[in-house]
Amino acid sequence: MNQLKFLVLAATFFLLALPGRAQKVEVIKLPELQKRLSRSTDTTYVVNFWATWCAPCVKELPHFDQLTTTYAKQKVKVLLVSMDYASQLEKKVKPFVLKRALKSEVVLLNETDPNTYLDKVDTKWSGALPFTIILNNAQRKRVTFEQELSAEELQKQLQAFVK
Amino acid sequence: MKKLLPFLAACLVLALSSFIGLRPAAEGYQVGDKAADFKLKNVDGKLMSLADNKAAKGYIVVFTCNTCPYAKAYEQRIIDLNTKYAAKGYPVVAINPNDPAVAPGDSFADMQKRAKDKKYAFPYLQDETQQVARQYGATRTPHLYVLTRQGNDFVVSYIGAIDDNSEDAKLVKTRYLENAMTDIMAGKPASVNSTKAIGCTIKWKRA
Repeated sequence: MNQLKFLVLAATFFLLALPGRAQKVEVIKLPELQKRLSRSTDTTYVVNFWATWCAPCVKELPHFDQLTTTYAKQKVKVLLVSMDYASQLEKKVKPFVLKRALKSEVVLLNETDPNTYLDKVDTKWSGALPFTIILNNAQRKRVTFEQELSAEELQKQLQAFVK
Repeated sequence: MKKLLPFLAACLVLALSSFIGLRPAAEGYQVGDKAADFKLKNVDGKLMSLADNKAAKGYIVVFTCNTCPYAKAYEQRIIDLNTKYAAKGYPVVAINPNDPAVAPGDSFADMQKRAKDKKYAFPYLQDETQQVARQYGATRTPHLYVLTRQGNDFVVSYIGAIDDNSEDAKLVKTRYLENAMTDIMAGKPASVNSTKAIGCTIKWKRA
């Protein structure tokens, strides 16, 4: 009986501890994002701008997250930038990241006026979500997509960076 | 170098072709362009054109929809814009460009229900072929175009956002569209005639 109690208790602790193990979602401002986009290393960054409320984003997100596993041994880094409101961090974004067990780094861009920051992220971005940048600053290569990408399209585009 | 050139040319062709293959063809209007008229079905079942309203000095054309959280966040502000500017000769014309096969909540019946529930005092048109959205260069909802009359033509005078805070209308600092309207109604070009905003991508028909 005591053993059973212990098991139940242990299971409860384990379940309660789960959210604590979830990867964190750092809230960042524009300068921090710009810093990350301008690193001059020979690493290919796949930066996907998404939101929990954006259906096409949610649909394509697994393709992006998969790259973190597929290219684990190569110089590829996936950054998932949530465009959800910062007020939705605890209620929407963190539970989403936990539920989907995302392996890539997730940050939330906390800025209010898109007209002042969109151009500073990329002049080609009109503001529609999803938006994706694949860049390698050492190779001076950068492509952008203001549309949903299939797993095949994404692979194809990334291949041009990591031969 | 001799070997490099054909290689680079090949790369360029390849890059361009993949670019064209992926991109929805939407270059669209710039401020100053003449906007083409259209004939689209309103929620009342009638077809509407810009030319219909002879008294209009212009229009505030809004590409919007039922389903996008940003469109919903701006719905009341769009209703308020019509209240304010229709009386001054610039009524709102809302156009839903989404393919209902991709965004099920954007069917014509859903549009009719939305317009009725929210008592839209402006047309809510369905861009069934998505040709108008492509022609204008709309990429997201909501996406606004202010048109001003020049004789029988309408000229694009402002493209972009309503204001600088989608989450909370009370925290807005800059009303981009209203500032532009103030200039336009004074007969001047808008001092800020193009702005950007976050929105939902238009749900284009699947190829």
